[in-house]
Amino acid sequence: MAKSAKSKQRSSKFWTNFVLIMICIIWMVPILGILITSFRPSEDIFKTGWWNVFPHKEDVEVDRIVLDDSVDVDGPIEIEGVTKTFEEWRQGITMDDGRLITWYGNKRTRTLVVSDRQWVGFATDLTFKNYKDVIGGKTISYKDAQGQTITRIGNNLGGAFLNSLAVTIPGTIIPILIAAFAAFGFAWLNFPGRNIIFTIIVAILVVPLQIALVPVLKDYVALGLNGTFLGIWLAHAGFGLPLATYLLFNYISTLPRELLESAFIDGASNFTIFVKLILPLSVPALASFAIFQFLWLWNDYLVALVFLGEKNQTVTIAVAQLVGEKGQDWHLMTSAAFVSMILPLVVFLGLQRYFVRGLMAGSVKG
Amino acid sequence: MLNTSNTNPEKTGFLGWFSSTLGQILISLFVPAITFFVLYQGYMFLSKANAPQIVQVIVAIVWGVGGVALLYVVANWLVLKLPKKYSKVLQPFVFVGPAVAIMAWFLVIPVIRTLIGSFRDRLGNDFVAFENYKFVFTDPRMLETFRNNLLWLVFGTFFSVALGLLIALLADRTKAEVIYKSIIFVPMAISFVGAGVIWKFMYTYKGTGIGIQEIGLINAIVIALGGTPQPWLNITPWNNFLLIVIMIWLQTGYAMVILSSAIKGVPSELLEAGRIDGATETRAFFSIIIPYIKGTLITVTTTIVIFSLKTFDIVRVMTGGNNGTNVIANEFYLQSFSYNHAGRASAIAIVLLLFVTPIIIYNLRQFNKERKGF
Repeated sequence: MAKSAKSKQRSSKFWTNFVLIMICIIWMVPILGILITSFRPSEDIFKTGWWNVFPHKEDVEVDRIVLDDSVDVDGPIEIEGVTKTFEEWRQGITMDDGRLITWYGNKRTRTLVVSDRQWVGFATDLTFKNYKDVIGGKTISYKDAQGQTITRIGNNLGGAFLNSLAVTIPGTIIPILIAAFAAFGFAWLNFPGRNIIFTIIVAILVVPLQIALVPVLKDYVALGLNGTFLGIWLAHAGFGLPLATYLLFNYISTLPRELLESAFIDGASNFTIFVKLILPLSVPALASFAIFQFLWLWNDYLVALVFLGEKNQTVTIAVAQLVGEKGQDWHLMTSAAFVSMILPLVVFLGLQRYFVRGLMAGSVKG
Repeated sequence: MLNTSNTNPEKTGFLGWFSSTLGQILISLFVPAITFFVLYQGYMFLSKANAPQIVQVIVAIVWGVGGVALLYVVANWLVLKLPKKYSKVLQPFVFVGPAVAIMAWFLVIPVIRTLIGSFRDRLGNDFVAFENYKFVFTDPRMLETFRNNLLWLVFGTFFSVALGLLIALLADRTKAEVIYKSIIFVPMAISFVGAGVIWKFMYTYKGTGIGIQEIGLINAIVIALGGTPQPWLNITPWNNFLLIVIMIWLQTGYAMVILSSAIKGVPSELLEAGRIDGATETRAFFSIIIPYIKGTLITVTTTIVIFSLKTFDIVRVMTGGNNGTNVIANEFYLQSFSYNHAGRASAIAIVLLLFVTPIIIYNLRQFNKERKGF
């Protein structure tokens, strides 16, 4: 009796782990696919699926048959005792011993390829070329499935990466600084209109930013801010401030009152209290929001598309543009996607704990 | 509050008047205006200098961050120069003024401007009454976007929350919980554009022909199972679901993390008591766990609902809204930036705002209930 309960428990544990492992595999395979693809030579990518880098059975060319001029390629063709038409040979014929014979190219080649199913080991021809091509801004050339060389202008993803840094670093720090000042003001200072203003901030937490794009863009065009870093910093500050102020207010308003009052009695000004006391005490909340905002800005597409556009393009814009222009060039798209993902992944995996904390606090925003 | 005395300044004399109303407005605008001016000049100077990009980027970062910090210091110093009575009244506005001014510029005033714009024609000149709203609620294009957003909302939200809950519950019982959860969480760090590339590659289709091998995993699996490969993203209306899969892939991790911490908060005595009373696992889940995490469940669902309403990047990158996959936010983008119809775009934005209004009201109610410091 006891034994069966135990084995039942064990089997339930097995199934729990089994289901979770299956879900995890489903979750990881898409990322693994582009990661592997980004390291394969372009010619291979066009020809075969990325899973072919793993050991598998494949038709390997072992021989070539060249027909002499006496054979009429328009009629039935006999090879090794098998008679088939050109069309049938082109589709490929499997011989009795398992070999596959396929016509190579068009009729005039008069060539047939003999291949055999063999085990192929791990792919060894992985390369960094795709990354080099996509990061650089100069012309690049690569081979397509037929082995022809194609030349194109590069995408300068390296430059886009720098632009993304220029957008995200101030775009993260500026709103946090402004929000921290405001949160302190709302939490500890008294002034007329305080209630109403803060209620409005709570109300605009979930306002879709589409509301703002048309009027703000009009202002930007008038001010000459369109396409500038300053413009996008301000925009990200504007869209990020309600949440930042709200979260930091929640944190700062819970700081011990006695601490601040004693500092105030000692004659410290509000400004000194803020800089010397509040900011250092708020580091955990500031850090959580900073990671949140950083990932949000780095991955942002819409705001960058509207306010930066082609000028000073960020990585998301560069990757999206690549998808639009070169929708079949998987060697470029996969490596570009990975370049765009690498920094947020490092930040995210390294600081996951803080991120989760920020996420919990911020789950009111859309 | 620190400044317990809520002194109303005398309304007599210039300084009194200055500090009461105009001064507060001026101070609120002073920091952002000067910040803006200085940064703007700095930026113009920078962009004219032909420094290498990396130098420009570093200078831009230092300039932007340092400039903002410096201006607070200057504004505070100026206000403290005033007689104490006035500086005390004005100082809060040094702190909250810039934030309020920026939020007003970027969110509050635009609501009004967009509302006005939604009643005007494509260039924003002539009053057209409800013409744009008529387009929004009757045009087949728009009706298609509403249908699709409804699909996103219902299926995307349901599966993200349900899968997140399932994984949180299952992982809670295993030793490798952290590993499982980290893996499911990873897509949270990936941009929607990046996710678009990842999944476009999954769905890619090469067509039929001699010697052509499918390089997309989904079609390869279909072939292995004996089916024929399909151009998945072109098949209306099922392509919508293929796009929703991407959202589920991205959002499940979020739902899982938040719900997981809520589940851990369920007191174990409560579960023990239920089990002693003979409750099965399913029963314990529906009668104990679900009621206990209800609040969190609502928050997570709301957040994902808002996300599904605003979905844009995925559709833009995957299909551009073609083949019956258009969504509201993409139509907004097309109307404002491709067709240059500001009136229609504004009306769409207002409709989007109407959709989230219940959530705004809910947030305000919650806030009113909780606020004690006010």
